[in-house]
Amino acid sequence: MKPVAFAYHRPRTLQEALERLHSEPDCKVLAGGQSLVPLMNFRLSRPGALVDINDVEGLDRVETTDAGIRIGALVRHQVLSDHPLIREVHPVLAEAASHVGHWAIRNRGTLGGSLAHADPAAELPAAMVALDATFELASVHGVREVPARSFFLGYLMTDLQPDELLVAVHVPRSEGRAFGFAEFARRRGDFALAGAFAEVSEGGAGAVTWFGVSGGPERCELTFPEDAAAREAAFTALVEAFDPGEDAPYRRHLAVLAAERAYQQAVGRRG
Amino acid sequence: MMSEVQTKTTVRVRLNVNGAVHELDVEPRWLLSDVLRHQLGLTGTHVGCEQGVCGACTVLVDGKPERSCLMFAVQAEGHEVTTIEGLTPADGLSPLQEAFQEHHALQCGFCTPGMVVTAAALLRDRPNPTEEEVREALSGNVCRCTGYQFIVDAVLAAAKEGRS
Ligand SMILES: Cc1cc2nc3c(=O)[nH]c(=O)nc-3n(C[C@H](O)[C@H](O)[C@H](O)COP(=O)(O)OP(=O)(O)OC[C@H]3O[C@@H](n4cnc5c(N)ncnc54)[C@H](O)[C@@H]3O)c2cc1C
Ligand code: FES
Ligand code: FES
Repeated sequence: MKPVAFAYHRPRTLQEALERLHSEPDCKVLAGGQSLVPLMNFRLSRPGALVDINDVEGLDRVETTDAGIRIGALVRHQVLSDHPLIREVHPVLAEAASHVGHWAIRNRGTLGGSLAHADPAAELPAAMVALDATFELASVHGVREVPARSFFLGYLMTDLQPDELLVAVHVPRSEGRAFGFAEFARRRGDFALAGAFAEVSEGGAGAVTWFGVSGGPERCELTFPEDAAAREAAFTALVEAFDPGEDAPYRRHLAVLAAERAYQQAVGRRG
Repeated sequence: MMSEVQTKTTVRVRLNVNGAVHELDVEPRWLLSDVLRHQLGLTGTHVGCEQGVCGACTVLVDGKPERSCLMFAVQAEGHEVTTIEGLTPADGLSPLQEAFQEHHALQCGFCTPGMVVTAAALLRDRPNPTEEEVREALSGNVCRCTGYQFIVDAVLAAAKEGRS
């Protein structure tokens, strides 16, 4: 099938984009199109107008800040995974980005699009929750900052308002915490059956953020037991609380394995 | 270039495809894949799924492999699009295409344009890829005939002979 007709706008400035989102009824942001266009092709989404943000200046930057890094919403997944600054400050984020879809998808899909779409099996929303990022949301009324940990509200649902644009994310430096990442998918590039980020601090304190096993990212704090069997028991008890839908027992099992691998990677990074 | 277009009306765009500039009237909702095939007659770009999964419609946009079924033709304005036709010499085949032929890397040929476009970009960026890198680069291109082994063989052989 083909998309229904829509009005098309391609603003060059953020202000113009925000005004359009505010004034135009039934309007959607078009970023990489790697989630929105398939939905439109199958007429599951029929927006009356699109605001294409690909030409908006200043949305595709990666910069250092006092607290960490600021990443523009239009940064493509492939850029995220190859970027020297991100590989240095948060290797786990670069690695997670390299698992998003395939090469051709990563060349076009954007960080902002992945976060706004909020697929429960997506890597990047969980990465933002694990790394305690803050999102910059802009509208004609101004800018508000929302922590990733309160942005995701459930299956494909976020705190983003219809006239708001996700402009950038702020990711703080790790500061004594080490992170690890692991996921299981049927093929490289497919959405995850289950995946996890682990965060390990001094004395084994930390957290696991799971994805693919619930309606959105799930972060659980814990003290990692040193004994492998005790860790497995701890992960197993935590994932019991999730409803992964299809193949639930198998995917809970994968979630436990992913947590262990992510934990091992984080411990390795602590050295 | 317009910054605003009304529903159902067509808009004039200038598209740079395979080095030639075309002036066309397109509806904003027309996919790049369809405009390449129907307006420009470049039927080497195949359309399998229109949801980004099969990879048959892969073209290069500013040198990078992208799905032409997940992009509207109006969005290609200001960018360089390269299709399989643009990678094929006027006479005969490119060395990579010859390697596909020699290694029996195609049967029905439906996936082949997307495979060759993606592999050509890979070999340009990484002239000596490992087998794993070839498989990873082509993981987004589905083939229902060959079982992939001969496709991987062809790409590795083209790399070994320093040709793409
Ligand atoms: C074959 C295939 C495989 C894939 N595999 C994976 C995978 O393994 N893991 C994964 O995470 N994803 C996967 N994806 C999806 C991919 O990550 C998309 O890039 C991403 O989900 C959406 O980003 P986008 O830039 O393409 O957004 P779009 O498709 O343009 O937009 C998606 C939604 O977000 C909104 N939006 C976009 N940008 C903004 C913004 N800045 N502010 C406010 N709203 C915005 C849009 O209005 C729309 O509702 C896959 C896609 C395909 C086609
Ligand atoms: S037709 Fe575009 S990916 Fe299948
Ligand atoms: S040769 Fe038939 S789909 Fe690949």
